Amino acid sequence: MDFAEIINLFLLTLLTITGVAIARMRALFPAAMMTGLYSLLSASLFVLFDAVDVALTEAAVGAGITTVLFLSTLALTKPEEKPLRKNRSRLAAVVTLATGALLVYATLDMPPYGASDTPVQQHPLRDAFIEGTQNDIDIPNAVTAILASYRGYDTLGEIAVIFTAGVAVLMLLGSGQRKRAPAKSPSAKDKPDA
Amino acid sequence: MREHVVLRVISKLLMPLILLYALYVQFHGDYGPGGGFQAGVIFAAGIILYALIFGLEEARAVIRPWVLRVGLALGVLTFAGTGVATMLLGGNFLEYNVLAHHASHGQHMGILIVEFGVLLTVASSVLTIFYVFAGRGKRRQDAEE
Repeated sequence: MDFAEIINLFLLTLLTITGVAIARMRALFPAAMMTGLYSLLSASLFVLFDAVDVALTEAAVGAGITTVLFLSTLALTKPEEKPLRKNRSRLAAVVTLATGALLVYATLDMPPYGASDTPVQQHPLRDAFIEGTQNDIDIPNAVTAILASYRGYDTLGEIAVIFTAGVAVLMLLGSGQRKRAPAKSPSAKDKPDA
Repeated sequence: MREHVVLRVISKLLMPLILLYALYVQFHGDYGPGGGFQAGVIFAAGIILYALIFGLEEARAVIRPWVLRVGLALGVLTFAGTGVATMLLGGNFLEYNVLAHHASHGQHMGILIVEFGVLLTVASSVLTIFYVFAGRGKRRQDAEE
């Protein structure tokens, strides 16, 4: 077992502990902070897998923005999770375990990390794209070249989705902004519920 | 948060660094990891940090909500407009080669413009959602008082 594997194992263990801790937590504020930690650990794992673009996104969106959105939503609701009835949680446990077992079973079919005989590695398009980005587009980062140029249609569609999300939130919740009274200093967390 | 001197001073120090880093991620996206999406989110995170420390109204005064609405649409229009421009220049939709005399120069230009559109829409969208969410808490609080 080399050093990278030990770090992988360490991060995965922390990830599992964080996940279980979030599930067991009743207080929502620490749970929201823990989701940030979960994203940060995921981002570290992505860096280890050489997926730096994904890691950057995960760190910024998952650990940063999502946590803040959770917190600002928390200001609108109660700080504690509503306790569940016992009979419901047993069924939920069965469903969760079954789904988890299925997912683990599905991963058994996947090739080991870094295997060279997978379709992704052997398909002729792989070389075409790796060389193509250098010849046609001439920028070193193949991810950017593919996202913005070869795959421009999809990226246009993606930002249309983000645009739609922003507009939808504005339409649903954003009305009446101008009627607000001038700034008041106490933070929203002090009085969580109306 | 008037009394948190340490938080205020540190966040003032961090703000320019975060915004500069967003621009670095944006313009270095051709060479290293990053691009419009990540840069937009980091930029928005910088403004959100400002809003968390100095208050939502202060952040609203820095970047007004109507600016975000314009940015939201302008980003998508920049991206799609680049596609229309390449069509008018005789290429296919989003075929950047026709933007400049040399094909790879055209690609560089196209990617730069398109990534700027992505930055605009992503940053505006994230900030809009944050303003609206955080604004609701404030409104409810105002109603109580």
